[in-house]
Amino acid sequence: MSNNIIVEREKGMVELERRIAELREASAAQPLEMSSEVAALEKKYRQILQELFGTLSPWEKVHMARHPARPTSLDYISRFDRFDELHGDRHYRDDPSVVGGFALIHGRAVMVLGQQRGRDTKENLRRNFGMPAPEGYRKASRLARLASRLGLPIVTFVDTKGADPGISSEEHAQSEAIATCLQAFATARVPIVATIVGEGGSGGALALAIADHLIMLEHSTYSVASPEGCAAILWSDASKAEEAAARLKLTADDLHRFGIVDEILPEPLGGAHRNGSDVVKRTLQAVDVALTRLTELPAERLLEQRYQKYRRLGEWQAEGLEPIGKAH
Amino acid sequence: MPMPEWLPSRRGKDAQRVDAALWSKCPKCGEVLYRRDLAANLYVCSRCGYHFRMNAYDRINSLIDSEFTEIGNDVVSSDPLGWSDKKSYPAKLSGDRERSGLSESVVCGFGTIGGFAVGLGVMDFHFRGGTMGRVTGERITLLLEEARNRKLPCVIFAASGGARMEEGMLALMQMAKTTAAVSRFMEDGNFFVIVLTDPTTGGVAASFAFQADVIVAESKAMIGFAGRRVIEQTIRQRLPDQFQTAEFLLEKGAIDMVVDRRDLKATLVRLLEYVGRHEQ
Repeated sequence: MSNNIIVEREKGMVELERRIAELREASAAQPLEMSSEVAALEKKYRQILQELFGTLSPWEKVHMARHPARPTSLDYISRFDRFDELHGDRHYRDDPSVVGGFALIHGRAVMVLGQQRGRDTKENLRRNFGMPAPEGYRKASRLARLASRLGLPIVTFVDTKGADPGISSEEHAQSEAIATCLQAFATARVPIVATIVGEGGSGGALALAIADHLIMLEHSTYSVASPEGCAAILWSDASKAEEAAARLKLTADDLHRFGIVDEILPEPLGGAHRNGSDVVKRTLQAVDVALTRLTELPAERLLEQRYQKYRRLGEWQAEGLEPIGKAH
Repeated sequence: MPMPEWLPSRRGKDAQRVDAALWSKCPKCGEVLYRRDLAANLYVCSRCGYHFRMNAYDRINSLIDSEFTEIGNDVVSSDPLGWSDKKSYPAKLSGDRERSGLSESVVCGFGTIGGFAVGLGVMDFHFRGGTMGRVTGERITLLLEEARNRKLPCVIFAASGGARMEEGMLALMQMAKTTAAVSRFMEDGNFFVIVLTDPTTGGVAASFAFQADVIVAESKAMIGFAGRRVIEQTIRQRLPDQFQTAEFLLEKGAIDMVVDRRDLKATLVRLLEYVGRHEQ
């Protein structure tokens, strides 16, 4: 049994899909008798899909964002016109949980970066389940600074549970690596377009997500801590993760309302993995549109806009909330 | 219970039950310390050198020569997520305000240290575990912006459990905001010193704290990205006691120096002498 509730829910659908495929094949031989049966089954299939995935709770979205078949950063990067991967932090090693390098998107030269989880167990072990070590963030800082110097826009794909919390990561100053990466992004004199494609976990995600334009896939999540982590921190009980997911306001809609996310990309019914190719295509189009707009701005204006964007997030207020006011 | 067993257990209880208003017990060596002496010794155990966690205003008084002008103290929290678990977030905040005597987890302002004018920010673990919410980020940003305007060095004391859960992503965004403010402050050639105190972790460690020009840490302070419990759960083994201490970080090359609190003011003055502008 998978520990992913979306995968569990899909199991019945797989059986239905198999029967539809069988019937279709049979109806090719005897079109008159079978086609109405196929149509009926397909209608039922769509109904169930709508029922199961039409509206997703925050906790269901957390699982959707972690779905093993969901397109990963490299699924997006491999659809660029060209990609030449660059490696290493120049100090210690190459961290495979961060990929990056020169790329062409719709004919435009950019620096692309992304957190990369594995698409199977073996790759997950190699890529540390997409949780970057300090070396990964140092590679990202290096490439962001290079992009800034060469005038190449930065395009990132965010997909991580969070930064690696291991012994060696602490020994190699994970805090410093993330802090420096944040600075590299905050000061880059080129447009930055980031897309949260899966799970955006805490500071480890933010390190690649300071951007002039932040896109989020409809069922992606972006959170101050993983729901499990939040439940453990606040209530010393990781099993209250579902409750934490609801409270944390980690969905694309919530974050769009807060002004943190600039654009939400709709996903097909049932999630991005049901039509990955189309999702990737539409994402790259959205990135391109944002880049076209942002590359017209002079660097000084771009930097001032970026500063004010994050500056304002301290003062933001939703309707009906008591304002930040004077102390009594 | 037989007498020979009862007596020592009784004695142990008495020793623990000291009047907290007058006495503090050192959690490390067990020495019972008279609170006035402890305060005079900057909350350092006179027997073993253990550093108690310090209140923000005690800290400010121990460093600033005379006047301290606070900024950003009129900015206080609201409840952006409408958070409530066992208690509502506003109730948690007002409880912490009462207990700590602070309006938020950081106090910022301007004054002189050994005659050098500085911007000073002091975080306090007693308020929401020193977590960084919107107001924390806003006050630190205001401090850095104002110090930049005045071309003054900035000294910030960090003490934090990380980003504040109850403010969700708006808390995480304070990492981006303070980063942007630090970057502008530094680009203008200003000097930024951080003092890491026990404990400094998570979103504060991974943003403005480790962006400083000089990183000082108090003796034995716990400093790291991930909390000890999280790491132990991940690797399923106990960590050595020395792991994530200031001394450990010094050895690994992550910080510049480890300083005993009683030498801290003198250390800061020495650093400021290289770059600071003497007021007197």
